[in-house]
Amino acid sequence: MYDVVVLSLAVLGLMGLCLGLILALFSRIFAVRIDPRIEAVAGALAGLNCGVCGYAGCNAMAEALVAGKAHARQCTPGGAAVVKKVSQILGKEELPAEPRVAVVRCRGGKDEAREKAKYRGVEDCVAIEVLEAGAKSCIYGCLGMGSCVSACPFGAIRMTPDRLPEIVEKKCTGCGKCVAICPRHVIALILRRQRVYCGCVSRDKGARVKQICTAGCTACGLCALPAITPSGRVVLKNNLPEFPPDWDDFATAAEKCPSNCFVIRGG
Amino acid sequence: MNLFELFSIFIGVALVNNFIFCQFLGLCPYIGVTERTSSAMGMGMAVIFVMTLSSIITWAIYEWVLVPYGITYLYIIAFILVIAAFVQLVEMFLQKSVPALYRALGIYLPLITTNCAVLGVATLNKQQLFGTPGSLIKCIVQGFGGGIGFTLAMLIMAGIRERLDFAEVPQSLRGIPIALITAGLTAIGFLGFAGLSF
Repeated sequence: MYDVVVLSLAVLGLMGLCLGLILALFSRIFAVRIDPRIEAVAGALAGLNCGVCGYAGCNAMAEALVAGKAHARQCTPGGAAVVKKVSQILGKEELPAEPRVAVVRCRGGKDEAREKAKYRGVEDCVAIEVLEAGAKSCIYGCLGMGSCVSACPFGAIRMTPDRLPEIVEKKCTGCGKCVAICPRHVIALILRRQRVYCGCVSRDKGARVKQICTAGCTACGLCALPAITPSGRVVLKNNLPEFPPDWDDFATAAEKCPSNCFVIRGG
Repeated sequence: MNLFELFSIFIGVALVNNFIFCQFLGLCPYIGVTERTSSAMGMGMAVIFVMTLSSIITWAIYEWVLVPYGITYLYIIAFILVIAAFVQLVEMFLQKSVPALYRALGIYLPLITTNCAVLGVATLNKQQLFGTPGSLIKCIVQGFGGGIGFTLAMLIMAGIRERLDFAEVPQSLRGIPIALITAGLTAIGFLGFAGLSF
């Protein structure tokens, strides 16, 4: 019995030792020389493996950064902090991009916008847009099926009962995946410092808009009047108000707009 | 040992005693990696590769080390040891020599190092085939067939799950629950192969 135990231990131990040595040998022969900076950069990145930068994970992005094929600001979740750290590691000065946030430029949910048909089918905005351009009468408005919600890697969008997406600004990193997937380009990225945006992208005007949505911009032009906006920074273009990101005298316009189109951000 | 017998072994392990549906081995990647057909295919290829080569290596270890020293009762430990080491070697080799293949298969190789299906194939070989004439060839066929059956099961599941993404599944069943129900139904389907022999 004693020699059985010794034999088993000896054979297995020897086998383990041999295999270990073979592995060690192989790891020398087949060693792949990895630039040590890649690991340092990978550690400095946000580490979420979200793919927003366009690469398959943080390791791939680190490789691309070291090879000089990518810019650190492509890591939108990391933001300015990551750009700074990566610049330090690589010894290359890079300026961070201005932080952006996504906004939903439509307030025509199921209580406001009229439907031209009852839709039952695949609950996906991209799919609906292909099929008869959706069930909503407004051809510019949000389809409310939540493709943006699924596209967000950070869970920063959720659907309200009114069938409109709501952005959780704290979680939004401005990566732009929701913008890319929205077939109607209702979601857009604006600079975080912009305090107000127009919650409508309808290029229709007047009575037609009122027929199909109670929350739509009718292009009445009130906001562009010098009496309402003394700085004159609002112009009507394509039946929608256009203004620079640092427009600051929006209080009167927001108050007087008959459709309540201007959304003042809480930030 | 003739071609017919080999064919019988192949069909036996791929369909009649399918690793996933009949022997319930390797269920972890079956549920985990079948969300997309592309990843299921990658995993399946890696499993076929590892199962076939592990069959050869475990046969060699058994016949040339365990039997001569009379310690065949240690086969489980020995098999795990060599399979794990072997997969590591393959991974190192691939990373250096065929980086493209490494990137395609690479992440799955560590996953299947101690997958019970791989040890299962080796154990099955030991129980049924070692000591019979022509055991090495039969083991290779069984390993390969096991991998093929595993891949088949994964692809079926992945294809169905991709479709399920667009189906009207009740809220409480979305995700894993409906996948498990699907697995059960497919397993019942595979019962149709029971008793199939040549």
